[in-house]
Amino acid sequence: MLRNLVLAMLGAVVGVTGVVATTPAQAEGEQFFPMLVYRTGAYAPSGIPIANGFRDYYTMINNRDGGINGVTITFEECETEYNTKLGVECYEKLKNKGPTGASLINPFSTGITYQLIPKAAVDEIPILSMGYGRTAAADGRVFEWVFNFPTTYWSQASAFIRYVAQQEGGVDKLKGKKIAHVYHNSAYGKEANPTLEALAEKYGYELTLLAVDHPGQEQKATWLQIRRAKPDWVFLSGWGVMNQVAVKEAAAIKYPMDHFVGNWWSGSDADVIPAGAGAKGYKSATFHSPKSDFGVHADILKHVYGGDVAKAKRNSFGEVLYNRTIVNAMFAVEAVRTAQGKYGNRPLTGAEVRWGLENFDLTEARLKELGMEGFTRPVKVSCADHETGGPILIQQWDGAKWNIVSDWVQPISEVVRPMIEKAAAAYAAENNITPRSC
Amino acid sequence: MEFISFLNLVFVAPFVDMVSFPIFFAEVVIAGVLTGIMYSLVALGFVLIFKASGVFNFAQGAMVLFAALTLVGLMELGVPVLAALLGAVAVMTVLAFAVERFMLRHLINQDDIILFMATIGLTFLIQGFGEMVWGSNVKALDIGIPSESFEVGGILLNEFDLFAAGSGAVLVAVLAVFFHYTRIGRALRAVADDHQAAMAVGIPLKTIWVTVWSVAGFVGLVAGIMWGAKSGVQFSLSLIALKALPVLILGGFTSVPGAIVGGLIIGVGEKIAEIYWGPLVGGAIENWFAYMLALVFLLFRPQGLFGERIIERV
Repeated sequence: MLRNLVLAMLGAVVGVTGVVATTPAQAEGEQFFPMLVYRTGAYAPSGIPIANGFRDYYTMINNRDGGINGVTITFEECETEYNTKLGVECYEKLKNKGPTGASLINPFSTGITYQLIPKAAVDEIPILSMGYGRTAAADGRVFEWVFNFPTTYWSQASAFIRYVAQQEGGVDKLKGKKIAHVYHNSAYGKEANPTLEALAEKYGYELTLLAVDHPGQEQKATWLQIRRAKPDWVFLSGWGVMNQVAVKEAAAIKYPMDHFVGNWWSGSDADVIPAGAGAKGYKSATFHSPKSDFGVHADILKHVYGGDVAKAKRNSFGEVLYNRTIVNAMFAVEAVRTAQGKYGNRPLTGAEVRWGLENFDLTEARLKELGMEGFTRPVKVSCADHETGGPILIQQWDGAKWNIVSDWVQPISEVVRPMIEKAAAAYAAENNITPRSC
Repeated sequence: MEFISFLNLVFVAPFVDMVSFPIFFAEVVIAGVLTGIMYSLVALGFVLIFKASGVFNFAQGAMVLFAALTLVGLMELGVPVLAALLGAVAVMTVLAFAVERFMLRHLINQDDIILFMATIGLTFLIQGFGEMVWGSNVKALDIGIPSESFEVGGILLNEFDLFAAGSGAVLVAVLAVFFHYTRIGRALRAVADDHQAAMAVGIPLKTIWVTVWSVAGFVGLVAGIMWGAKSGVQFSLSLIALKALPVLILGGFTSVPGAIVGGLIIGVGEKIAEIYWGPLVGGAIENWFAYMLALVFLLFRPQGLFGERIIERV
């Protein structure tokens, strides 16, 4: 009897969740956005605010504006656990949902992005890997279906070096300086290495590369090497628990935290809170404000949470990664809006959204209309440049919150862009791709 | 010429470095010892359950996570630290009862592999339940353990690491005494040898299992506090179990002292390997090096350093 009851309950749960999972993407006249999320697993603390940000922005657009020019946004989450294999499965599961299939895909994992790049061109679904993924994809002549604006790992690494030069009193002061890169031993973590090496050769600083294996729970050996090498600056490319442990270990060896700079995936609220007071002074790169007092936030509070601030906070509202996803979701929505300008206010295919991404022109005036003036900066994409060579900001943790402590720092484009073009050309040769003429 | 240079890099330069900078080498060894004790803390939970039931408890990592999540979850609800600690112990005891009632009781005298598979299922159940109840966000854990760093003779030490190592050492000593010199300790070992024989001489199998899973839960809580205080309490704590495996292989699955000695060898070995030989191959070798070290030991002592040598005659 008990067994039957349990089986009946399980059947009911499976049935109900099946309905809930498939309903949002079925109706006609809707623009479908697949969402590859990781709300569980080792990287969940980073994945949760990201997933919540997407969900809240799309919901706000639907509730406030009735969708994108009247076309309702639908979305469906698929759990990847930040696992590349699961990510590809999720892509395959979601790519044909909705009346016109997936509008675009935000993999939110460099590993998954690498796997999806060849598939996207075949399926005609554009990839928007905002600030992650394959840096060479910035060359739109080769990577027609991939967009990584507003900036890339290589630009970020070069902007970090420019920031160090600014702090040291000039580029000439870099000579003889010691810089260490502590990185996640993965495709993502290694992305910045070629740029840092090229710039070390150009400017004469001494570069130490220190890899940390997944998940990065134990890093004593790494930080003993830092203590011994005494680098003037440390750059961190971590993710998940690796960030929290790195910040804690840096504090434990009394490394000067204001010379410890994370990349933009190593500067969330979750990264610094476990280290407590020891994290004070730690810096990271970013390309948007860490604050939550912009018009877009007020609209989310009003149209998604009905003004319930406590509930919004429980859903990561205003955290760094949440804010970043607001920017990402805005890019996606505005790309569709741009494409609608050409194809009409109806659900668009991936190929049509790709046109919207390639003709994306987010002006200061438009940012103001979106309630994001000062939240991030204008972006103008072109056929050849899918990155837009964006600058970065440096934010610093004061023990309670992140504060922007720099102006926009420009990347060293004269070094980075030729590297991108060279890498893209190599990719094209390997994959028999004839670059477009732009 | 290149070959000679290679030999120098691998077989000479690292040792010259150790001798040339003895204070740094001492710091590496001490860091290895302190980390090794942290590994031992996790390995102990495995040893306890293996000793008492012959089961390799795949769920030990999940128990570390669940215990720490419970502690920090109670603290977030406003429960004082001491009461939260007692609450977490109580929850782990309830978990032990549940494991015995709903899992082990139905698997008496089944093959070891069946029990092992059951613990894999238990892992996912505990992880999922823990995340459902307490959430997946990182939770800062601060129960007042000091964490200032200070130098002694040029060697940097951290109060937290010393505290963790001290706690681990005390726990190991208590458990070693418990197993060797108490009635229940002897009963635990009897159950591990043969379930049916133990029951035949009147040892209450169910009580023993509840006891040992409760103690393993408590050990998991201590490990969860120490590791959780370093990284915040989050899902990745359950992956700490992977760090305990080479310790178990090396120390033996049935020996409490083996867990501590194995932890020390792995801790010191991986730190030395990472720092002196890691740069030759791009670094990040400590994870696989620990397993390699354990496997080399296995070649000479298949039962581990302190494990029981099992001879089965056909």
